[in-house]
Amino acid sequence: MGDMSKTTNTRSSRLIVLAPYAWLVLFFLAPFLIVLKISLSQSTLMQPPYAPLLALDAGWQGLKDFFGALSLDNYAALFTDALYRRSYLKSLEVAAVSTAILLFIGYPVAYALARAPRRWQAILVLLVVLPFWTSFLIRVYAWINILQRDGLLNDALLALHIIDRPTTWLATDSAVYIGIVYSYFPFMVLPLYATLERMDESLLEAAADLGAPPWKTFFLVTVPLSLPGIAAGALLCFIPITGEFVMPDLLGSSATLMIGQTLWTEFFGNRDWPAAAALAVVLLVILAGPILLYQRREARALERR
Amino acid sequence: MAAQPLVTFDRVTKRFGDFTAIDDLTLDIFEREFFALLGPSGCGKTTLLRLLAGFEAPDEGRVLLGGEDLAGVPPYRRPVNMMFQSYALFPHLTVAGNIAFGLKQDRLPKAEIAERVDEMLALVQLGALAQRKPDQLSGGQRQRVALARSLAKRPKVLLLDEPLAALDRKLREETRFELKELQARLATTFVIVTHDQDEAMTVADRIAVMDHGRIAQVGVPAEIYEQPNSRWVAEFVGDVNLIEGRVTTVYPSFVLLERDGLRLRVAATAVVSPGTTAWAALRPEKISIAHEASDSAENGAAGIVTDIGYLGTVSRYKVRLDCGLVVEAAMMNASRRASQTIGVNDRVWLSWTPEAGVLLTR
Repeated sequence: MGDMSKTTNTRSSRLIVLAPYAWLVLFFLAPFLIVLKISLSQSTLMQPPYAPLLALDAGWQGLKDFFGALSLDNYAALFTDALYRRSYLKSLEVAAVSTAILLFIGYPVAYALARAPRRWQAILVLLVVLPFWTSFLIRVYAWINILQRDGLLNDALLALHIIDRPTTWLATDSAVYIGIVYSYFPFMVLPLYATLERMDESLLEAAADLGAPPWKTFFLVTVPLSLPGIAAGALLCFIPITGEFVMPDLLGSSATLMIGQTLWTEFFGNRDWPAAAALAVVLLVILAGPILLYQRREARALERR
Repeated sequence: MAAQPLVTFDRVTKRFGDFTAIDDLTLDIFEREFFALLGPSGCGKTTLLRLLAGFEAPDEGRVLLGGEDLAGVPPYRRPVNMMFQSYALFPHLTVAGNIAFGLKQDRLPKAEIAERVDEMLALVQLGALAQRKPDQLSGGQRQRVALARSLAKRPKVLLLDEPLAALDRKLREETRFELKELQARLATTFVIVTHDQDEAMTVADRIAVMDHGRIAQVGVPAEIYEQPNSRWVAEFVGDVNLIEGRVTTVYPSFVLLERDGLRLRVAATAVVSPGTTAWAALRPEKISIAHEASDSAENGAAGIVTDIGYLGTVSRYKVRLDCGLVVEAAMMNASRRASQTIGVNDRVWLSWTPEAGVLLTR
């Protein structure tokens, strides 16, 4: 009796261990293989708009023909066409600059949150995430409203005499940065807050006791000890911003052509699924580095706990 | 002591909201003293230390160091260093990096910093672990790093906040003597905060016993133990039998105290008048216990042993006197002879001299 319950136990625990892998295979590996296959195909005007298709009824010869028809042409095109290269670089640039701005604004906010009286902290954290309870698109359209020529931003700047005639915000890089920084703000603040909040206050007192004024304590103790939070926040922002589509599409112009839009154009505009698939695969390869880095850090943090 | 005190708390009051942590407290600490602030948790001893370190500011009164008012001087400009109860070692720095932290703030030349770090590592015998991170050290080693770090800047006063509380008993007792030796060797003023009376008695030259933000008594360890000035101090420092009685007669050198037919002669260590209530504080080890009454004893009472506690070096006897009072007596096991073996329910005779007790009026 005891033995039986033990075996069922191990069997069910094995199933539990397998569950995440099953999830990954079903929703990550399988779709990825499909995308990879399409990226090696040729664009056609048929339905579906790529060839070859795997014809299992043709038997061994069909399989041979199928693999023979796959080629790396789409990837070659990616490297020869300057448009693709530019949108990759633009994406990385926007992601890097946005992440830097987010860190610069997010750190003081997270610091203030962590130093706020305990009983206020939960409410303040809630306020940081509260805007995200409204639909994402509504918030983006709100920004279009704020940023347009007779929008709130120009009104405010005019009233404060910072500018003397309305500036064009919409369809500029600035608008894209404003939108991205706004929408990724909690992803930067929350991990930073988590590390800063956990920091032992007696360490700051010890630094002061040993002769370090507050600004030096900040750079010698607080910043080094919050590096895990900085890394988590930066990666959590950088990775998705690189593939960002909505912000540059709705707030930017053709000058802020990021890879997400290029991909969209290939897929829906040109109906060139193989080129779009190749773009996606290359984006994944570019981001694989930061993603692995992030996951390693997370795993290590979990181990330490 | 005519010398100018190094540290002076001058009528200091500190409140946290409704709670008064330090209540109109005045205290002098002298140079090269090993001074202990002893008291139960919440008595304000750590607050006093933090006032000196600069982490708290007094609401009233002044804190002086070398005659100068410390008001408005931030912690990073005070020539005192603190060893934190939690050690507060920087987890991202090595042992050597932790010790060098304070020296770097003083912008000392690199060679001198390295030299001083080595000196400190040697002082606490941690030279081999200089490149380890704090989380790779044992509790005892961490405690030494914290000590070395707080001593590296050669502070005028070293503040120790329960420095041994996190160590296990054996290590704690060894470290007490090391601390005392270190203080004598460095000739630095040490101020230690502790709730452990043994610790305070072992290390300190003088002890201030604190209670509810005030100082109950200041004195050398023997004074605090032998001549407590109140029931509270007598009970907090060591074990004591407190016998309440009515003063019947006052002689020049002793006082007669009466309670339930029991008459006590107590040396006149306090001014009392007949008819008032007073207490005799009697340390258990000053009460002799024997099977037969001794005629020479000026104080004595018979009773029944109700309980015996064997503690290795001493045995403690709980005796119910004929008058109903329960008294504790202690005897060194080394001085106990086989013929004198006392067991539970034995009828025994307790005796003590008038000088054994302290007369207390509060």
